[in-house]
Amino acid sequence: MMDSSRRNLLKLAGLSVVGLSAAPVLKTWASGGSETETETQPRLLPNPDALTATRWGMVVDTRKISSPRDLDPLVEACKRAHNIPTFQDKDHEIKWIWEEEFEHAFPMKDDDYLSQRVSSLTFPVLCNHCKNPPCVRACPTKATFKRESDGIVLMDYHRCIGCRFCMAACPYGSRSFNFRDPRPFIKEMTPDYPTRTKGVVEKCDFCVELLAVGKLPACVEASNGILTFGDLDDPNSEVRLLLGANYTIRRKETLGTEPNVYYIV
Amino acid sequence: MAKRKMFNKGLISAGLIVFVVVATSPFWLNFGNAEAPPEVVLTAKAKAAGSCVRSLDYMKRYHMQLLNTWRTSVVRDGNTVYVNSEGKSYTMSLTKTCLDCHSNKAEFCDRCHNYASVTPYCFDCHIENPKETQ
Repeated sequence: MMDSSRRNLLKLAGLSVVGLSAAPVLKTWASGGSETETETQPRLLPNPDALTATRWGMVVDTRKISSPRDLDPLVEACKRAHNIPTFQDKDHEIKWIWEEEFEHAFPMKDDDYLSQRVSSLTFPVLCNHCKNPPCVRACPTKATFKRESDGIVLMDYHRCIGCRFCMAACPYGSRSFNFRDPRPFIKEMTPDYPTRTKGVVEKCDFCVELLAVGKLPACVEASNGILTFGDLDDPNSEVRLLLGANYTIRRKETLGTEPNVYYIV
Repeated sequence: MAKRKMFNKGLISAGLIVFVVVATSPFWLNFGNAEAPPEVVLTAKAKAAGSCVRSLDYMKRYHMQLLNTWRTSVVRDGNTVYVNSEGKSYTMSLTKTCLDCHSNKAEFCDRCHNYASVTPYCFDCHIENPKETQ
């Protein structure tokens, strides 16, 4: 029997650990990298038909809204395109684009002597895809992010942990939380677009999935000219021409979020 | 060296034997009745296509990593087209591409996932039977 057996046992255990952990490392070195080196690497490319811009933006021409009913088709088009559920309970409501009156859409511009037209008007409101989005700074998992290529503020639902910091950060109420499984409350399922699950936040994505195949956002297509979509960085784009010819306002501009959705009032 | 005395020798030995038998019992009880690996069923469309996006072996081992790459690429970078090493292009989409051929989730995805006891949450959001819903 060996003397000072504890010391020897520890020595032996230590050596074994080193030996066991070295084996896989040596094996990887021996195999010399990956087996895919011989064949050409697969490539990830954008769709050639995709619509591209450096800063997507939207102009809402409220002069073309004569009644709140004019906004129904664009809200419905959005709901259909993105499998958005309809809940009776307002607390559970999921909103991507919705209708709001002036005092709620533009609380900092509200006063006692608003014109009759403006005070009775219904405004379509949605995520402003801010140039300086507070929701992105608030997200602890980087589930929400601003796409550097075109400025769209997006969500990766796979990463959302449902902490709702973004909802607290967003000054526009543009984000909704799924308090319950939305699937039973979706009127018509669009199979190509996923639903969400209970426990994630969701919001308007400027229809990136449609832009990627060369189509305009669903609400813009259904809006009958109320909404105009385009590249704010392109001086000849339709949105820039509208902005150049009309005085526009944005929601809560003083907060410094730099919204990319403009309203002609 | 002084001989050390072991107290309660009988109790400890019996206890150790019982422990070893209990701890290894799942191995003994299931010995020889290993479940046969499941057979996945290819749809006519998948058979006609002849090959998947990558080689069969790669897809078997790494389809989950491939799907993760696709997700990151589509969601974050806006790249939606995958060109494989043979130069063939595919739209990176679980429902539009994968499930287009493999439209039999129960006999294709689920069989292996159940066997391997994994529960991926893909279909909590992505619609599993896009053709039936249409």
